[in-house]
Amino acid sequence: MTAVPAEAVPSERRRLKVDEAAIGDRIYEIVTTACALVIPALVIAIAIAIFAGAWPAFSKLGLSIVTSSDWDVQAGRFGAAPAIFGTLVSSALALVIATPLAIGVAVFLSEFSPTWLRQPIGFLVDLLAAVPSVVYGLWGIFVLVPMLRQHVMPFLRDRLHLGATPFFSGPAYGPSMLAAGVILAIMALPYISAVSREVLMAVPRSQREAALALGATRWEMIRDAVIPYAKSGIIGGIMLGLGRALGETMAVTMVIGNRAEISASLFAPGYTMASLIANQFSEATSDLHQSALLAVGAILFVITLIVNAVARWLVWQVSRDGAV
Amino acid sequence: MLQSIEVSPEPRVIPRVVVPRAAAAESRVATAPDKPCIIATHLSAFFGDTPAIRDISMVVPQSAVTAIIGPSGCGKSTLLRCINRMHETAPNTRVDGQVEILGSAIYGDGTSPTAVRRHVGMVFQRPTPFPTMSVRTNVAAGLRADPKSRLARQNVDEIVEEALRRAGLWEEVKDRLNESAMTLSGGQQQRLCIARALATRPRVILLDEPTASLDPLSTQKVEELVYHLRETVTVVIVTHNMQQAARVSDRTAFLLAGELIELAPTNALFTAPKDPRTEAYITGRFG
Amino acid sequence: MKTRLARHWMSGAMIGLTYLAAVLATLPLLLILAHLIRKGAASLSVAFFTHMPGPVGEVGGGMANAIVGTLILIGIACAIGLPIGIGAGIYLSEKRSMPFAQSVRFLSDVLNGLPSIVMGIFAWTLLVKPVGHFSALAGGTALGAMMIPLVTRTTEEMLKVVPISLREAALALGYPRWRTSLSVVVRTALAGIATGALVAVARIAGETAPLLFTALGNQFWSTALREPIAALPLQIFAYAISAYDEWHAQAWAGALVLISIVLVISLAARLVTRSKFGAPVD
Repeated sequence: MTAVPAEAVPSERRRLKVDEAAIGDRIYEIVTTACALVIPALVIAIAIAIFAGAWPAFSKLGLSIVTSSDWDVQAGRFGAAPAIFGTLVSSALALVIATPLAIGVAVFLSEFSPTWLRQPIGFLVDLLAAVPSVVYGLWGIFVLVPMLRQHVMPFLRDRLHLGATPFFSGPAYGPSMLAAGVILAIMALPYISAVSREVLMAVPRSQREAALALGATRWEMIRDAVIPYAKSGIIGGIMLGLGRALGETMAVTMVIGNRAEISASLFAPGYTMASLIANQFSEATSDLHQSALLAVGAILFVITLIVNAVARWLVWQVSRDGAV
Repeated sequence: MLQSIEVSPEPRVIPRVVVPRAAAAESRVATAPDKPCIIATHLSAFFGDTPAIRDISMVVPQSAVTAIIGPSGCGKSTLLRCINRMHETAPNTRVDGQVEILGSAIYGDGTSPTAVRRHVGMVFQRPTPFPTMSVRTNVAAGLRADPKSRLARQNVDEIVEEALRRAGLWEEVKDRLNESAMTLSGGQQQRLCIARALATRPRVILLDEPTASLDPLSTQKVEELVYHLRETVTVVIVTHNMQQAARVSDRTAFLLAGELIELAPTNALFTAPKDPRTEAYITGRFG
Repeated sequence: MKTRLARHWMSGAMIGLTYLAAVLATLPLLLILAHLIRKGAASLSVAFFTHMPGPVGEVGGGMANAIVGTLILIGIACAIGLPIGIGAGIYLSEKRSMPFAQSVRFLSDVLNGLPSIVMGIFAWTLLVKPVGHFSALAGGTALGAMMIPLVTRTTEEMLKVVPISLREAALALGYPRWRTSLSVVVRTALAGIATGALVAVARIAGETAPLLFTALGNQFWSTALREPIAALPLQIFAYAISAYDEWHAQAWAGALVLISIVLVISLAARLVTRSKFGAPVD
């Protein structure tokens, strides 16, 4: 055994009293807390920036921003009703298309998919969220819109005779609310699907087995035992998708036609709040113009804030550890 | 274990516990304990309001192995963790009383827990090598705890080799010092953790059930090295395995429900326990 | 009401529908990718990466300035988003369920879901309006602000996976808390944290809306931080809505480059972390 030099005992006594570690710990604590504080500070800063800038327009124009359809820059009238209408309609349409598909995929992956297929298909669906908006827009302009104009719209209008209804009437130019709805559906799908998949997989086996033991078919088990259990999480996922659709800018701008009109027809071009801002902001002439655009931004901010907060809250209720 | 020990109506039972190595050290154990290394005075430790150990006072002598035994949940690990102020790293915990190590009180105003832990080595139940570091960097990790200390400036390679030799691991890893620590087997990883604890040349080393997750061969190796460590270091070992306590320790403390029931030279505790509860435990009536 | 047979038929039909849903859901991605490869590869050449945009109507030219611009914007964004995001992630992983940490976590998710154009408006108010001109700095700041919630969440997730026993081992060696966190816990999770950061970069590299009135875009070569700067997504957008076929072709090439980067990073991240939930690149 080698002789081990011993630490001198008196210095040990001294050393036990000194503590430089406390300083390091303090600094560490302060730095990490400061970083964490940036997040709520950022949310508040964004709110202040937008509302401060929007205030002149709100005070001068009042509710007309929301109710009027008259957007006349020269005359100083800024009615954004068509844009608000367009945002809501395109997002609603997106949800109508995406939700059944997303839940269907989620059910498929959590219940029926062969194990080897689960990862690849899940990955491919999730990848939809990674595609940049402008790429969707590009594909939308050159592939989706021509396809709608040449095939889908005539089919809906003539073959299915939906042209008789106000929803599918008017000339089929291509760029339209329908195009926006379809593209937004593709973009919202991965969010709804991922959350739904997560909550469906979290449903305990006992629920499934109990239903099957009572004689339910596999579909009935899912409809009556699994989905109700996961309901609030799925709704949260749908709201998450809604939040995405409401705020989408580029892809929508490129396929919706950018016409500030309210129309009942899905074939008609339209406008959304995000595309309104995107189109006009960099060239806004007067201060009031800028402020009006910021006012539209403020409305968009508030709507998406509420939708996302509710969505996250719902998802938190059911997910395993509070984070999806 | 319960089947192999007979319970007879006589108060004094000789349990079938093999005591081979301790026999050699019997002469040392029979005399009065050496100078004290660790003195615990009225030590209590709490999780929230629940005490895990109550009012324990005991003396651990220098250059000896002291074992702490007792049934699950009796507070053995908590007692151990109070010696190097690890108990308070968990949330909502509290310690009352005092512990002196080599004459210095470790609890009290101005005493730094970090400094205490630098001078006391600890090895846990499961091997915990740092996964992103090599064997050498793992062993030397303790040297970086206080970059200003004298140790940090000495030749790292010498210290690493010395620690690995003391842990009985040098021959097996001397050609693999730069490989990741995760390439070692479980038993080797645990000995690596022991080497890591020894590298800072502590006077006290605490072992919390160090062989609980090891195979019999590795267990034997660890027990041998613990036995030899006593020459230079004071060892306190917590174990749920009574045979192990009998094999490696000079003195044994028996804990039950957070209280110190009996502390005696190992051979005496196992052959002639004074307290009926000690006797009940070592004869397997509960545990 | 329903016979056993009818119920089984119904069950089979619904199951078939879910198969159909799976097909329909994976179809758009494959279609888009196929189209991108076909259209984009035709216009992609070395010149794309090295040349500047050509005059209107001429074949050839490239997006060199846009590619460099995107890299610079990513650099600025990382300088802001990475330190704050990692710091906040460390904070959240250590304070777990304390009330303030819960609210920060919640707000981070909410911030994540805000429209990217709102982030652009914010950066505009902060960095464009007061000085009266557009700049790369403003664009980078908008992107950096978007990175923060992404990096925070992935960092926290990666740190949570590190076992407590490692932290205890470091503390028992006498490491102060801060050194325990940095030298042991963060170091162990570093690969995962880096992957999360990369995924966040992939996400913001494709963002256009926040750049529309911050970085603005630039037809010429510019690397100055206080000037407008070109960016790949901006260029793709400008070319896509233009009237010229040659520019459309360039837009496809640019889109192919952009999505290749995003896909490669996403795939690599999946392999490294093997996320069992398959959560989207959020």
